[in-house]
Amino acid sequence: MSRFIERHPAWALVAILALAFLLYLVLATWPPGLEEVLGRKRVFLTALINGITLGGLYFLVASGFTLIFGLMRNVNLAHGSLYLLGGYLGYEFANLTGGWVLSLVIAFIIIAALGMVLQFTIFRWMEGQDLRQTLVTIAISIVLADLMLWRWGGDFYQVPSPSWLTGPVQLPLVTAVRSSGEAVYLQYPLVRLIIFAGAVVIGVLMWLALNRTKVGMLVRAGVDDRDMLSATGVRVQLVFLGVFAFGAGLAGFAGVVGGTFQSLQPGEDTKILLASLVVVIVGGMGSIPGAALGALIIGLAEQFGSVYMPTYAVVLTFVIMVLVLAWRPQGLLRGS
Amino acid sequence: MIRTLLAAVAAGGILAAGAAQAQDKIKIGVLATLEGALTTLGEDAIRGMQIAMKQANAKAGGKTIEVVTFPTNASPDSAIRGARKLVEQDKVDILVGPVSGSEGIAIRDYSKTQPQVTFLNGSSGAMETTFVTPSENFFRFNMDGAQWLAGLGKYLVEEKKYKKIAALAEDYSFPYTQLFGLTLEYCQAGGQIVEKFWVPLGTKDFGSIIAKLPDDVDAIYLGLGGGDAVNFFNQYSQAGGKAKLIGGSIMVDQTVLSSKGAAKRLAIGVPSAGPQADVWDDPKWQAWVKLYQESFPPDKRFTSPSLTGTAYYNDFNAVFQVLNAINGDLSDGHKKFRAGLAALELDAPNGKIKLDQNRQAIGTNFITEVVELPNGDLVNKAVKTIPNVSQMLGLDPATRQKIGLPSRTNPECKTSY
Repeated sequence: MSRFIERHPAWALVAILALAFLLYLVLATWPPGLEEVLGRKRVFLTALINGITLGGLYFLVASGFTLIFGLMRNVNLAHGSLYLLGGYLGYEFANLTGGWVLSLVIAFIIIAALGMVLQFTIFRWMEGQDLRQTLVTIAISIVLADLMLWRWGGDFYQVPSPSWLTGPVQLPLVTAVRSSGEAVYLQYPLVRLIIFAGAVVIGVLMWLALNRTKVGMLVRAGVDDRDMLSATGVRVQLVFLGVFAFGAGLAGFAGVVGGTFQSLQPGEDTKILLASLVVVIVGGMGSIPGAALGALIIGLAEQFGSVYMPTYAVVLTFVIMVLVLAWRPQGLLRGS
Repeated sequence: MIRTLLAAVAAGGILAAGAAQAQDKIKIGVLATLEGALTTLGEDAIRGMQIAMKQANAKAGGKTIEVVTFPTNASPDSAIRGARKLVEQDKVDILVGPVSGSEGIAIRDYSKTQPQVTFLNGSSGAMETTFVTPSENFFRFNMDGAQWLAGLGKYLVEEKKYKKIAALAEDYSFPYTQLFGLTLEYCQAGGQIVEKFWVPLGTKDFGSIIAKLPDDVDAIYLGLGGGDAVNFFNQYSQAGGKAKLIGGSIMVDQTVLSSKGAAKRLAIGVPSAGPQADVWDDPKWQAWVKLYQESFPPDKRFTSPSLTGTAYYNDFNAVFQVLNAINGDLSDGHKKFRAGLAALELDAPNGKIKLDQNRQAIGTNFITEVVELPNGDLVNKAVKTIPNVSQMLGLDPATRQKIGLPSRTNPECKTSY
């Protein structure tokens, strides 16, 4: 951080000013002039927090995707199907047992196991053959989509969340002051806050695991130079198996999360795959902090887009992607 | 995809059987959204078709009826792809479909290039399909999206006393058309639509839009459908929303009311309108619901037929009735068949349906409210029926033409037009 300030003092100043202005927007009571430009403060604040929480969901999906790509150079286009399957399984378990947290764990474990099977029986045999891998993952996603349509049909599913998670909470953020001087606080859905907190915890744990443990060291070494790593005697296939399982498991986990505050239906698999592709392209293929930054940017762009320019909201994320590809084709947080 | 394969295999079998039998057979192609966001609607359309086929024992006018199905995904190009395959490869005589609005316009245009085939609209509800440059061989036995809200405007002002509403709807032709119908009637009755919010079709996250909805209105009209409707209800209840809601025709239909989860309970009491009501004490309707329920096990169907199921059932019945009357004779380039369709007054389970000079349905519309059955199922109950709803929407033809076609901004909210 301090090195960045030394090297780019002007940009650092801009960043600090922007941050200060954002803090002002969040904390202060808005003067009427500002409300005319940006609309009511409640709308702005909700869009901001929504964008961050939506980013949390995108991060959960995209981090698994980017991890698998970073290590194995495998663009797993069946990642969205793993997400949807995880969501459906989570729904079944939550419906059967009533345990929401348990359904998250179970979806993670089952999808992780499925990921292991895929890596062990299929992808292991086509290492380094990008085109073949891509085609095979597309095939798998089509097969899975039809199997899911057969089992769960075209209905819309929501994972039932426990009663303590439903409904709004009051955040200590003032959105307006009534004429009586009484402050109006922001009401916000609790479930989204919990999901965001969960995404942050998982992100931090992943960062710690990658940067502070021996297994993490192996994974990082594998990302940098796979052949050298295997030459040093590490059983690289085992590392691949573990990472694929973990990445797939995260997708299943995210499926339950997404099924709780959105819904599950056929077609959701490709939608979330597209979102995570955009996220990792913006953030940088193979970089976990990149996935976090990309998810945040895309989440915020979607939400602010839907509020301030609804007609072009759909295009906005792709505009961002195009800009990033033009200026930094390797992604925002990835060395060239 | 599985269905595509099955259809392909079936088509192969037919080719092998030889052309000798072609004289005794009439082939009907069916387009339905069996992929993508409207899958549930397409599946129910297929159910409606299957029931009609079973009832007729796959025979009409002395000919064996054979059905070839092709899945679409609600996009116009998927519908065209399907229609070309059915017409040019399978050589169907009659084509029934599609389900969704912009698909319908595409098929209407395609029908002009295939005069030897008769097209019956499946359930698509775009106004343009028959209102602008209608096609000679394209017949629509269901009403359009604007007709489907006929009666609701007056009901909201007079019975519900909602004087000021805001609207939230998806940004494509069907919701424009629905809001068109609502605006004309609601504003003429003295109501006011203060703000309109448009969201892209397939919006997953309504959080920010929900925060933007105004508080100082009597109710909010929701023109969403399918997964978007479910997501809205889910997130609206999570955000603790309290406003009174009004539903478009597919906001609170069986596809949404049968979804798995608790959020749909928000729909209880929501007024809406459409070409049918799940609960209506008309004996013909009740017989149809019973037939539907007996034809499929409970986990393979909705609680009661959706409007696509009814629409495809009606389409096939219309085809069968006319074929029976003309002894299945299509040899005159479908002349007798088309004249029969144009003159037909279909005694459908959801009221009598006849066609106007554009081959567009004039039918009965229903004002409904969502109620909970003792077993926990949610259904739409008819509170009022509006007979003889035409595309003119109660205006004289000149005025109606002057208002033009639905768009984001058209029509304006005025007390007279």
